Amino acid sequence: MLPLKWKKSDEKYKKERAEFFNAIKHLDRRTFLKVAGMAGAVFASKGLIPPHSFQLIDMVHAKTDEKPGFRFAYISDTHLYERKLNERFVRAMMRAVQDVNALDPQPDFVFFGGDLAQLGQAGELELGKQILSEVKAPIRMMVGEHDWFLDMGEKWQQLFGPSQYSFDHKGVHFIVLMSVNEKDFWTERKMTPMERMMTVAGLDNALQSRFEVGKEGQEWLKKDLAKVPKDKPIVVFSHSPLYKYYKPWNFWTEDAEAVQKMLFPYQSVTVIHGHTHQMLTNRIKNIHFHGMLSTAWPWPYPPEGLPKLTVQFDRPDPFDEADGNGNGTVDVYQKGYVDKHYNLWSKNPIKVTKTYLESWGKESIPPAPVFATY
Amino acid sequence: MTKKHLKFFIMGLLTLGAFVLLVVLGKVGSYAEQSPQTKELKKGSSSENLVIPLCDGKTQIEIPDARAGEALSPEKAMKVALMMKEAYAKEQAKQTSKWTKRDRLIWEREQKRVIEEGNRLFHDWKAIGGTTGISCDMCHPNASNTHAETYPKFQTQLKRVSTLRDMINWCIENPSKGKPLALDDPKMIALEAYITNQRKGTPLAPGKH
Repeated sequence: MLPLKWKKSDEKYKKERAEFFNAIKHLDRRTFLKVAGMAGAVFASKGLIPPHSFQLIDMVHAKTDEKPGFRFAYISDTHLYERKLNERFVRAMMRAVQDVNALDPQPDFVFFGGDLAQLGQAGELELGKQILSEVKAPIRMMVGEHDWFLDMGEKWQQLFGPSQYSFDHKGVHFIVLMSVNEKDFWTERKMTPMERMMTVAGLDNALQSRFEVGKEGQEWLKKDLAKVPKDKPIVVFSHSPLYKYYKPWNFWTEDAEAVQKMLFPYQSVTVIHGHTHQMLTNRIKNIHFHGMLSTAWPWPYPPEGLPKLTVQFDRPDPFDEADGNGNGTVDVYQKGYVDKHYNLWSKNPIKVTKTYLESWGKESIPPAPVFATY
Repeated sequence: MTKKHLKFFIMGLLTLGAFVLLVVLGKVGSYAEQSPQTKELKKGSSSENLVIPLCDGKTQIEIPDARAGEALSPEKAMKVALMMKEAYAKEQAKQTSKWTKRDRLIWEREQKRVIEEGNRLFHDWKAIGGTTGISCDMCHPNASNTHAETYPKFQTQLKRVSTLRDMINWCIENPSKGKPLALDDPKMIALEAYITNQRKGTPLAPGKH
């Protein structure tokens, strides 16, 4: 006769089995196949025979509810010089273009995160436009300070249109916000346009003003948001992070609080920014923030101010020109928020999920760096 | 003692005297900087005897049996040298350090000048002989991620224990595509001075990766 313990276990097994098959009846075919594959992998790895666990079934349900609605890709901070001066940055940008063109299925669009040029010169911007013309998916552009401060955006806007705009895509409201305005620091110092550009291009000089959306930008944003229902997911693109991270390097938006305040009433807001050339994650109330990688060079984490939720990338290897650089994709959920994929060229890709941010970093934790910043 | 021996002895003392005098003269400037009133050293005393200023800029010794401008006899010269030696020893006893405020100013100003030069080079790709438009600060704002305090350490890619200067040259040669600097090139020293000063206060950690 079997001991009592065994009998109980047997009952539990039968119960699980019944529930598993019951749940499967409610799945569509596509999801079922996915589940079956997943379940198989999980069981195999544990050396078990399905069906088995409650947790798995619950997870399946969660996945069904939370399917990303669509995907877009990004390329950012290419910092092009003219080809005859610097081949390396051109090569890196072309690699990113190849990456997004190789995505299957193709992303709904490719977002360019700003700092196309290094010094805002016509030749640099034109070269950038030429390389971007190779992208198969539709392109959406954002301006960066490196594109702007030679001629205050004249050439860039001539090539790519307005620096601030919004659009709707598959139920999500997208806003491209010009956040790298600076208060005039050049007139008093009698700087030439190139001196102004060089000053803004440098990170560790104390000469320039801090980035800001500015009054005009805030007015524009207010008007734009007025027509958006509170439960509609919002994705904001800004070149600088829309929070205060590290002032000495202008990893900073001076009027960030005012902008955040305008976004707080909305159910789900995601800010995706360039400028910082690193893996960067933050959350303030309902706003999730994700940084974009650069194709040109990675930036170290500053000595202070790093948001707690940020999972750093490993310190880039100086001997590997691709390390720490890359591009990425963003899976947008219909109910709001995104999974952010960092396609690091010399490392395994890393995903920072909406679950990670929604759980304040408790679940779905991305891999930690082995060689962190010090 | 023969006359010849005495002559050598006197010559020796005179040499010492001359040396002391040189040291004294060298120091006068520094003391002058400390206390401006001593700039106006008396050319001679009220008597017409020979007066020699000492290295503190204040003390003067009067040589009783020598006239100002007089060519000293070996005997008198020996006496002067001995007096100076004695006075110098007294001054030394009063001082806890041989270094003066002037010395310290020189150290500070030279250090600052070289760091500033390093700062300039660090932010100027042309100045380090680069050809790609890439300057040091582009990847290393405030010399971050340079880790000067961890060298020398083994660099797999260089296949040897390397110094910060090796790494500076690596960056000049690779991202910046310039020619490597001699390890004792003033530009190299300036870059090192800037980088190490940006990492000032970080505990030494040779070998850390």
